[in-house]
Amino acid sequence: MTLMQRLSQRRSGLTSSDRFVYWISVPLILVLLVYIVFPMLATAITSAEGGGEAYGGFISGSSGKALGLSVGISLVSVFTTCVIGTGLAVLLTRFDFPGRQVLRIFALLPMALPPLIGAVSFYFLYAESGIIPRFLAAYFGADAAAVSANGVAGVILVHSLTMYPYFYLAVSSALSGSDASLEEASLNLGASRCRMWRTVILPMLTPALVSGALLTFMVSMASFTAPQFYNVQTLTMQIVASRTSGAYSTAAAQSVVLSVVSILFLLIMRWYQNRRVYRSLSKGTPQSLTVIQGFIPRSVAAIGSLIIVVILMAPAATIALLAFTVDGSWTIQILPPEYTLGNFAKIFADPESLHPILVSTQMALLGMVGCVLVGVLAAFVVTRWSGPGKGLLDVMVMIPWALPGTVIGVNLVTAFASPTPFNLGQVLIGSLWILPVAYFVRFLPLVFRSANAALAQIDPSLEEAARNLGADTLRAIRTITVPLMSRGILAGALMAFIQGFGEYVASVVIYPAQFAPVSVEIYNRIYSNEFGTAAAYGTLQMVLIVIVLIIAQRLEKPRGQRGLRQKVATRTALPLPVMNT
Amino acid sequence: MGDTFAHRTATNDAGGAEMTRVLLDNISKTYPGVAPSVAGLTLNIAEGELFTLLGPSGCGKSTTLRMVAGFVQPTGGRILFDDTDVTNAAPNRRNTGMVFQNYALFPHLTVAGNVSYGLNARKVTAAQKHSRIDTALSQVGLDGYGDRRIDMLSGGQQQRVALARALVIRPSVLLLDEPLSNLDAKLREETRTEIRATQKEAGITCLYVTHDQAEAMSMSDRIAVLEAGEVHQVASPRDVYHRPATAFVARFIGRSNVFTSEVVAIESHTVVVRLGEGTIVKAPIVADTASASATVGMTTAVSLRPEAISLTVNPVTVGSHELTGRVLTAEFTGAVNIYEVDWHGQTLVVSVPGALDRADPGDTVAMAPAQGLVWMVHP
Repeated sequence: MTLMQRLSQRRSGLTSSDRFVYWISVPLILVLLVYIVFPMLATAITSAEGGGEAYGGFISGSSGKALGLSVGISLVSVFTTCVIGTGLAVLLTRFDFPGRQVLRIFALLPMALPPLIGAVSFYFLYAESGIIPRFLAAYFGADAAAVSANGVAGVILVHSLTMYPYFYLAVSSALSGSDASLEEASLNLGASRCRMWRTVILPMLTPALVSGALLTFMVSMASFTAPQFYNVQTLTMQIVASRTSGAYSTAAAQSVVLSVVSILFLLIMRWYQNRRVYRSLSKGTPQSLTVIQGFIPRSVAAIGSLIIVVILMAPAATIALLAFTVDGSWTIQILPPEYTLGNFAKIFADPESLHPILVSTQMALLGMVGCVLVGVLAAFVVTRWSGPGKGLLDVMVMIPWALPGTVIGVNLVTAFASPTPFNLGQVLIGSLWILPVAYFVRFLPLVFRSANAALAQIDPSLEEAARNLGADTLRAIRTITVPLMSRGILAGALMAFIQGFGEYVASVVIYPAQFAPVSVEIYNRIYSNEFGTAAAYGTLQMVLIVIVLIIAQRLEKPRGQRGLRQKVATRTALPLPVMNT
Repeated sequence: MGDTFAHRTATNDAGGAEMTRVLLDNISKTYPGVAPSVAGLTLNIAEGELFTLLGPSGCGKSTTLRMVAGFVQPTGGRILFDDTDVTNAAPNRRNTGMVFQNYALFPHLTVAGNVSYGLNARKVTAAQKHSRIDTALSQVGLDGYGDRRIDMLSGGQQQRVALARALVIRPSVLLLDEPLSNLDAKLREETRTEIRATQKEAGITCLYVTHDQAEAMSMSDRIAVLEAGEVHQVASPRDVYHRPATAFVARFIGRSNVFTSEVVAIESHTVVVRLGEGTIVKAPIVADTASASATVGMTTAVSLRPEAISLTVNPVTVGSHELTGRVLTAEFTGAVNIYEVDWHGQTLVVSVPGALDRADPGDTVAMAPAQGLVWMVHP
């Protein structure tokens, strides 16, 4: 070792592991800049072309109206999802009644519904030509138009029944983690049950409610599929419309506005979650359930549970039913009249129908590989980074999670249209590569988060022990850190794969003409009245999701090993939902 | 540096332990904006010695250990193993064996997998590896446990695996970072005897970090008492107890009464000091201690252990070397009576064999320091 090396080391006071982290952060930052930051800047620059005239008419023009509509729909969605999600959470964590176990399982079903499929099924169920309005019209003489959910109401219905899990998960976690002795203490000190709820439980739920609200608002703002099916001109719809009509700078300006709103919410959420402690610190007494007594209350509870389960299952059941109908046979009947297994057979036998599945599988796999490589690297760097810039790095990786898929699509199309130094001379438009790149960008935060969680559970002294026993940094990571993270990484990778497989919102903006992914194919089939084939694709997708969710849940179960750090913090981060709407 | 260790490992493979001297030469660790964690520490640890860093939490003992292991880069000074400067060597090039406070056992490996980890990194042949794992496991009393999973072991067994894992690589220095703090009291006492025996048998130089003085006293060859990044005393357990260098050491090791006092005369073998209101006591003059540098008229400190004071209830006369006070609390623990006595606003602790007659709170007592057990310390 030369004198110079020695001196520089001495001055910096860095250990070899610190330097290692800085070295490996170089390629990471490069990737983040090229695929996340520069595309955003490219959109911003495009939006300013023509001296900012795209912004000039924003408030007065159709963009302003669209923004207002998006905000309005999102606010109403927050309210309805809050009522449904919180109500279900209180019911299921505090009361025991017939049907509780079944309800618990089905409460999370909407999360397994691919977003496009969700919108499709609600359309076939509740829109004017849907099953329910037709049924009511036929048997009860109701006016189908009056009892159906169309337009804005339809969008809000889709949002309410698919996004309530954000509230449900946050509130149930807060309620079941709370200490029963706090409530007992309140009652013991003379508070009435109502006062106890107001003064003890509600303040404790506030963080969960705020997080749920922020999340729902963000997801609603990003929502594209539901507005598309109900033809509601939200900002996301406007972006796609502007691009389709060639008004690139208008589309860019609309994207920038939507990005600013989304990133603002991301930052508020980060700030809020870092500020609050979610669970009471005392170990305390576990919660006991209030058992609902008496024949009539129990019957009401049982019937109520049954109705809710039916409502929750209806969308998936509708898609499964439609998957067996003969294309073009369902016109004005309540239920499709003719059934066949042919749709599935066709998908696998007809090369043209199989093609979208092959495209989606390969593109999603490529995207997943990228997510794993970069996501794990990012988790490692962010966890081990000592010094300033850690928060910035974290935000850089998490931004795609906040950005609506439509915006990501627009960003990529703008950034990779012609060779520039910033995109390293890559032109991806019209190339197959743009799909895996989009999936990589959209689902990188998923893998990053799960790798991060896995890494946070590993005691840093394990790596030190390996180093002490003679392993260099790379060997320690390869033999200790990576094996211990592997379950978390695998779970994140699987999620990234199924999300990529069903991705629609960004794909529809960027897909190359001859290579339609499954989601776009589903939309095209519905457009050409081939409901059966479309639903068959959707059913396959649902089956895939259920399989992956089961595997992922098994992987995330703790192994019960000592040495893995006990749950350190009481701050329970919300599960990371996918804004794939 | 790498070559040195390659050579060292090769000779070690023959079997015999090789003892290493460790020199910490004026090392320090400072972080910007806060008081230094370690401020210019110099320690000379002999071959085969069990050397303990003892001090309250935050005294810099763990930082020092981690600097020796290579996890913390010193901001000044040098670390030498024998004559090799390892200050800038990576942790994996130092050939130290560390036992972590939480053991840091690899949860995805078996007991044997954990123990063989360091051997794999050292490219030891398969045949040698097996015999060394077996030897290491029997050394810590875990024969036949090789295939167990880590989470199937008790806390004490995990501790032994951690020790075996550190010993099997035949480290130049064994580093122990509060290894017993996660064990219950009874097991802790058993284990410290075992660790000491194993270390002696293996003849390994050992640096031991603890905040538990009983642990330090019972195991160590020598102890360095640290406070706020600085060393107060380096001595044998016996000397640290009976001849504390400073008031801090006197108070930290066991209990002690420390008096602020004035030197009134210096005789041939003793320093005569006055405690407060005119009580005169004599402390022996010992080279290289506070007493050797005493000058008449200086203010200094004197330490008196609770058991070095005898007690007379309701005394008729009080000698010039005695202190008079009033009993505040009396605690009967069986073997000894422990009294807290108010003496001019300072609370003194006195312990007397339980069989002797006892005082009650409120009694006036005369306290006589045992001649020869008065000890002068740096204030």
